[in-house]
Amino acid sequence: MSADSRHAPLIPPPMWVTVALLASTPLWLKSAGLYQYLALEIMIWMLFALGHNLLLGYAGLPSFGHGAYFGIGAYALGLLQQRGGAGVLLALLGAALIAAAFGALVAAFISHRRGIYYALLTIAFGQVFWFVAVKWHALTGGEDGLLNIKRGTLSLPGLDIPLASNEALFYFALVVFTLVVIGLWRLVHSPFGRVLRAVKQNEVRAAFVGHDVWLYKWLAFVISAGIAGIAGGLFALAQQSAYPNVMSLHNSGFVVMMVLIGGGLVSFWGPVIGALLFILARDLLGAYTEAWLLWYGLLFIVMVLFQPDGVAGAWQQWRARWARRGNGGAAPHATGTKVA
Amino acid sequence: MSMALFETQNLQKRFGDQVVLQGVNLSVDEGELVGIMGPNGAGKTTCFNVLTGRYRPDGGVVRFAGEDIAGLSPRQIARKGLSRSFQLMNLFNDETALYNVLLATPSVRRRGFSMWRDLGRDAAAHDEAAAVLARVGLGGKEDVTAARLSYGERRALEIGVALAAQPRLLFLDEPTAGLGSEGTARLAELIRTLKRQLTIVIIEHDMPFLFGLADRINVIHWGQVIAHGTPAELKRNPWVARSNLGQLS
Repeated sequence: MSADSRHAPLIPPPMWVTVALLASTPLWLKSAGLYQYLALEIMIWMLFALGHNLLLGYAGLPSFGHGAYFGIGAYALGLLQQRGGAGVLLALLGAALIAAAFGALVAAFISHRRGIYYALLTIAFGQVFWFVAVKWHALTGGEDGLLNIKRGTLSLPGLDIPLASNEALFYFALVVFTLVVIGLWRLVHSPFGRVLRAVKQNEVRAAFVGHDVWLYKWLAFVISAGIAGIAGGLFALAQQSAYPNVMSLHNSGFVVMMVLIGGGLVSFWGPVIGALLFILARDLLGAYTEAWLLWYGLLFIVMVLFQPDGVAGAWQQWRARWARRGNGGAAPHATGTKVA
Repeated sequence: MSMALFETQNLQKRFGDQVVLQGVNLSVDEGELVGIMGPNGAGKTTCFNVLTGRYRPDGGVVRFAGEDIAGLSPRQIARKGLSRSFQLMNLFNDETALYNVLLATPSVRRRGFSMWRDLGRDAAAHDEAAAVLARVGLGGKEDVTAARLSYGERRALEIGVALAAQPRLLFLDEPTAGLGSEGTARLAELIRTLKRQLTIVIIEHDMPFLFGLADRINVIHWGQVIAHGTPAELKRNPWVARSNLGQLS
């Protein structure tokens, strides 16, 4: 028995495709009638959604308050820059750590729960952070938010790269995105990721074979919040500001919709698809009608009713049907890699 | 005097004002196969749940390898080398048979917080898990998702997951539940091969099955051990013969 047939490629084809597509956007986006900032924003949401899916898809833990950690990342980046004088890299690292630290605190209160109670608690904590962001004027700038965040210059040894243009910031964010996605991909195939999936499927059994279920759930939340913090920090650079709206309940809901529509429950890449569709829908549908969310919401309902596994699920089913036809009607080989 | 590997003294458990266990005394020596039987609602499964940490006992002592484990969590008890199967099957349904076992091995448990190495590339761990599957008769089923296995295969996998933890003491909760006579015979064969390798405690309704395997049997009724002894002794026990615990053929 060899393990070779079961391992995951170090860098799987969808990752090549995603990164190559993103990297090439400066070449063709304008001629497609779009603009570079859009690609930057899509990538940031992809990152946020991928991190969120570590919780929802892999650990089975529904967080409806994840906008909070995205927002904390955005504010943390701004404050570290404006009050701490931190450079881009340091401020982004700080954003990740601070978001993860708040995530650790919240997770300590909720990791013994699951299902609807877990979801409700995440909403409650999310609202607390949103409220603080609105009310603590001296720190966050209140309703106006934190303005004049600088994109600044990326200082590497012997090399200074100004990030002021959308293209420059885009490429910087692409490097961050790629590193985090490689890390996440490794994580979900590591012993940690596999045990996390086991915890999702059967918490009781996981405990009875000796796993520390609480600690796995806690760590998943911390890591997910940290990734949200990185995405939020990049968003603050992109927007050159941080404001309470990014922590709002509906922003937390958007990321859930991205993950579900894309198919995060059945595929690592679901959130990537979902974030792309969501932001494109916002811009393209939004150009025609103010009520684009109404149409998107209806699409979401249809999707949940008829294709609960999302776009990635539809793709997997289509491929399975194709393979069956190729095999002359034989059943597809039953392998258990549902979230592959 | 030799010390028992596992024993309980005066074990108590109640839910609200309903007393489920009142002073259960059990003792299991190393290498033994001990049976627990009794009518429905006698407290057998509650007893298992208390012994394996799912419920906290209200009183009494649970001693494993000389250590009091009463009130420890399932995780702590599992890590001491006490493993269990479940009456209602409790598997990782979306995982393959191989991963169900693999995820329960001590080697994965130890490295569970490793976040970089691909578990799929760990040939040694895969071989270890495949060996456990072969032991419970599931060789060749490695890549079949647990949810797609037949009922009898799922029963075997249930035991495989418990075995994967490399326990010193294995608790089996009604392993024949829902199995036909052929499946029961196959399971008896499996347990007979395990019997000499580790210490086993079985809860069972199927009396011929239990009497054919056990070294000693405890009869639990009204939350107490009302009789115990070897199968031969118990067959002569007037109370057991009189009570409707099942007819021996």
